[in-house]
Amino acid sequence: MAIQKKNGTEAEIETETGAETGAGQQARRGWMSLLARAPETLLLALWSGYGASPSFDWLRRPETGAVMVRGRMGGTGAPFNLGEMTVTRCALTLQDGTVGHGYVQGRSKARAEAAALIDALMQTGAASAVRRAILDPLAEAMATTREDRAARAAATKVDFFTLVRGEDG
Amino acid sequence: MYVAVKGGERAIENAHAWLAEERRGDTSVAELAVAQIREQLSLAVNRVMAEGSLYDPDLAALAIKQARGDLIEAIFLIRAYRTTLPRFGATNPVETGKMACDRRISATFKDAPGGQVLGPTFDYTHRLLDFKLTAEGEVPEAPTAEPRHEPTPHITEFLQGEDIIQREPESEATPGDLTRQPMSYPSGRDIRLQSLTRGDEGFVLGLAYSTQRGYARNHAFVGELRIGTVAVEMEIPELGFAIEIGEVELTECETVNQFAGSKTEPPQFTRGYGLVFGQTERKAISMALVDRALRWRELGEDDLGAAAQDEEFVLSHSDNIQATGFLEHIKLPHYVDFQSELELVRKLRREAGVEEVREAAE
Repeated sequence: MAIQKKNGTEAEIETETGAETGAGQQARRGWMSLLARAPETLLLALWSGYGASPSFDWLRRPETGAVMVRGRMGGTGAPFNLGEMTVTRCALTLQDGTVGHGYVQGRSKARAEAAALIDALMQTGAASAVRRAILDPLAEAMATTREDRAARAAATKVDFFTLVRGEDG
Repeated sequence: MYVAVKGGERAIENAHAWLAEERRGDTSVAELAVAQIREQLSLAVNRVMAEGSLYDPDLAALAIKQARGDLIEAIFLIRAYRTTLPRFGATNPVETGKMACDRRISATFKDAPGGQVLGPTFDYTHRLLDFKLTAEGEVPEAPTAEPRHEPTPHITEFLQGEDIIQREPESEATPGDLTRQPMSYPSGRDIRLQSLTRGDEGFVLGLAYSTQRGYARNHAFVGELRIGTVAVEMEIPELGFAIEIGEVELTECETVNQFAGSKTEPPQFTRGYGLVFGQTERKAISMALVDRALRWRELGEDDLGAAAQDEEFVLSHSDNIQATGFLEHIKLPHYVDFQSELELVRKLRREAGVEEVREAAE
């Protein structure tokens, strides 16, 4: 894992080769994906509720940009460019050298910063506390929202029935 | 051409000040919040995101407010903003087969696995104005049922089992990007789809309608229409693996069209494809029809000279920002141009003896 000096530039943010493999990587992928999609008010409320404010140095200050979203022809064929979406990213390092990355949908720098700090803390001894205080409630709330929509959709599913025609048939 | 003219600064400033006042409207009426537009005019927001080619509901809502509800002006604002953003990269292609569907219908298979799910649709409403909406009031909660958790399979998968519908060739080729490279013709289907998905809804709808009325014969069935959210996944270079960086709402339409077969292909169904940001059903169906019409060359069909078959015509006129830019520039000062035309017409009239005729009449 690359450790950078304060306010490092983008060129200094190297690929964390070999930092994680297998299960570790899968777990990190899971929480980063959760943080990227988290609703802002909920994430910031949970983060401030957690109460930690670890000191850190920026490797990359929060910046907003776009990513080109791709689709596939016919849903399964060759890729094509669908359009862009906004993303905000940042990278930071805790005092012990742990690097946290924040990649979140939208333009909120506060969300990206919270995501990067949570990502960093999840790689430290604080992981299980952070998971309990932030990630679990976040995942639960997001699953509930999803379930609510799916339940509404399910109620609009058509039940076909065949009409019996004629009185004496 | 038009020539820069000095002057008018004060008039312009005052015009913009009045514009701001008109935008606000009657101050005794509460001001619209951007969040209200995002939540309550969400289909307008979706259109601005789709044609602005930038998925960000808050920005689209802001643009609609700023544009006083003029959606093409709002799309213009989004396109302008988009150019200021650095591009972090491209995502992996979204997997619409894993979509969390709010709506999913098929006009071809009644008993499709996953069922016919209507979702929050205008279909089957009576299109009668609802005066209850003029009064504020609580909305009764929508009924719920046991949610479905397994993914909803694409309808075309079932036809593919029999090979009775054309397969989409698998490919991981990097698609062309019309925002980065100038257009050239003939273009690929990748560029055509990118152009159609951000194209003007009215224009694409009109072309699609023309194909239904016989200008490029292809009778389309809506094999499937689905609306819902998909995860957007991207490789993060500094991590060395992919994460979900967000989720987007999409509308996908797959049409099933008749095809008699060619020298190399047996008779089978062919497909048109539409995929658009947001809940944008009319646009996605239109896109699929026009996509299918534009595929005549690769399917070995005849060029019937229809507008919807003419790739250059379709692609060069589908962008409403290009169109409105060129159209509206003619209202800007063309004094010098017009002066020279005026001189010319006067000269021609003199040469034609118009002056003499008038003098003689007097």
